[in-house]
Amino acid sequence: MRTAAAPKFYETKKFKDKLKQTIIFTVLLAGSVLFLSPLWWMISTSLKSPAEIAQYPPTFVPKEFHFSNYVEAWKTAPFTRWAMNTFFIAFCGMAGSVLVNSLVAYAFAKIRFKGRNALFIVVLSTMLIPGFVTMVPQYILFSKLGWVNTYLPLIVPAFLGSAFFIFLLRQFMMTIPNELIEAAVLDGANHLQIWWHVMLPLTKPALITVAIFSFNGAWNDLLGPLLYINDESLYTLQIGLQTFKGTVQTQWNYLMAMSVMVLLPVVLLFFFFQKHFIEGSNITSGTKG
Amino acid sequence: MKSYDTTIARRGAGLAGKKEKTSRRRMSRQTRENIFGYLFISPWIIGFLGLTFGPLLFSLFASFTDYNITSRMNFIGLDNFKRMFTIDDLFKTSLWNTLYYVLFSVPLTTAGAIFLSVLLNQKVRGMKFFRTLYYLPAILSGVAVYFLWMQLLSPSTGLVNTFLAWIGIEGPAWLFDPEWTKPALILMKMWSVGGGMLLYLASLQGVSASLYEAADLDGAGVMKKFFYITLPMISPIIFFDVLTSTIGAFQIFQEAYVMTENGSGGPGNSLLFYNLHMWNNAFEVFDMGYASAMAWLLFIVVMVLTIINMKLGKKWVHYEGGG
Repeated sequence: MRTAAAPKFYETKKFKDKLKQTIIFTVLLAGSVLFLSPLWWMISTSLKSPAEIAQYPPTFVPKEFHFSNYVEAWKTAPFTRWAMNTFFIAFCGMAGSVLVNSLVAYAFAKIRFKGRNALFIVVLSTMLIPGFVTMVPQYILFSKLGWVNTYLPLIVPAFLGSAFFIFLLRQFMMTIPNELIEAAVLDGANHLQIWWHVMLPLTKPALITVAIFSFNGAWNDLLGPLLYINDESLYTLQIGLQTFKGTVQTQWNYLMAMSVMVLLPVVLLFFFFQKHFIEGSNITSGTKG
Repeated sequence: MKSYDTTIARRGAGLAGKKEKTSRRRMSRQTRENIFGYLFISPWIIGFLGLTFGPLLFSLFASFTDYNITSRMNFIGLDNFKRMFTIDDLFKTSLWNTLYYVLFSVPLTTAGAIFLSVLLNQKVRGMKFFRTLYYLPAILSGVAVYFLWMQLLSPSTGLVNTFLAWIGIEGPAWLFDPEWTKPALILMKMWSVGGGMLLYLASLQGVSASLYEAADLDGAGVMKKFFYITLPMISPIIFFDVLTSTIGAFQIFQEAYVMTENGSGGPGNSLLFYNLHMWNNAFEVFDMGYASAMAWLLFIVVMVLTIINMKLGKKWVHYEGGG
């Protein structure tokens, strides 16, 4: 005679779920130690003395905390100037990106002009062109215009639209109901007014995403300044950091201290606007399916 | 009676007038749409013509000349292209280095991102925290990150080899050993796998739970569910990710430039990537004609690969709702 014997505790679904969760949690925890360790290493190295860095086996926590490394490294090169230059370029680029790309995206999303769809395909296909292909002619163009050793080649292109940002904003704007636009038209508003008064407020999350992405892009750009900027006083942080290595050679505590400083604004921005980083990625993914 | 007729006539005339007016307004509305449309996209049109299309044509033209900024442009036919495959040994090295990097980094980062996203899509305590943490390295880039990895990969006192020593492996000299320089860069790339992870995570969250429930009823295991449900459902994103990261990987430059003393190419030219070689030709010796030829070859290679990718994509990419 068969009795409905209660399953042993390790056979229950509840236990299996719990076990699975514990395993995944452990794997994720171990992985996060691995993923975070480089950042820990960077901060720890930045606080060590040169002697301690050369020591074998290496230490994970500095024996003495040399916070003065930061001050000394910062003073070794004109970092204050470079930081201000970088902020200037990044803010100009950000303003251009947000205004121009949203304007262009608005046209592609909500204005029914002739040739719109064909042109939008052109926008998309430019995303597939490797930037290096156009780099040499762009350099020749900007040098003929006399823009070398100015910030113009770094800022002006941001005011001429970027395919990725146009795409991202256009996808977001497509989700805004047409009725809103039509209602505004009936009220006698033109597209410029609708863009400014209706569309911009409604697409704020996407605009913030674009702002952050373009700020990060300008902040981390090495290629542009490397090509166009010659004077040390006009350097950005990226190119400044690169030449700084030539100055301090193997003083890794200084190099790491300045690397921490250069990464800091981006990390702060990330924690401040985390939601938008994630949302930005979701917009692109949600529409590609 | 008369008055009645006139009322109707008037009404009719009124209606007709109204109709005429609207049709005229509709006409003008289309024109207005055109004007506003082209006005709004004009910055992009200027950028496209001036910074993309024009330069593409110019570099195509320059690729058949010996242009070096100061000289006149002398037409030299296919000499630049011949030079790549016959005289310039470094060209072959750079092409090989780049293909190596693309072939290993793209599959590894794609698989890594998918694996991570599946893990981070489970219901486990602290998931939000884990997601943030794994994504964080992806936002870090530029010279600071390359310096960090030069330090991490330091053969004797770096973190990576210290880890390896713990598990009994004697780590290689990484950036100092021509055999290990490219794996070193790929390792660095893997650290920022969080960017791709986020794409896949968003896509995974769109996969309906009922599919998995149905599979559970059929007694499908974890692996089966992954290969027969998860992968097909996220295949459009895999396709997009592979396409863009292949194009990106072909353009590897900054890492090699910073990590090899101003673009020297590293030990045994093992980090002399295609774009680095092109850069050196264009901006070190100002051989713009030759650099343009290299640029166009890269353009063609990337285009061909994109077309192949798209053709193959039709076979394995699953689009929901037909297709």
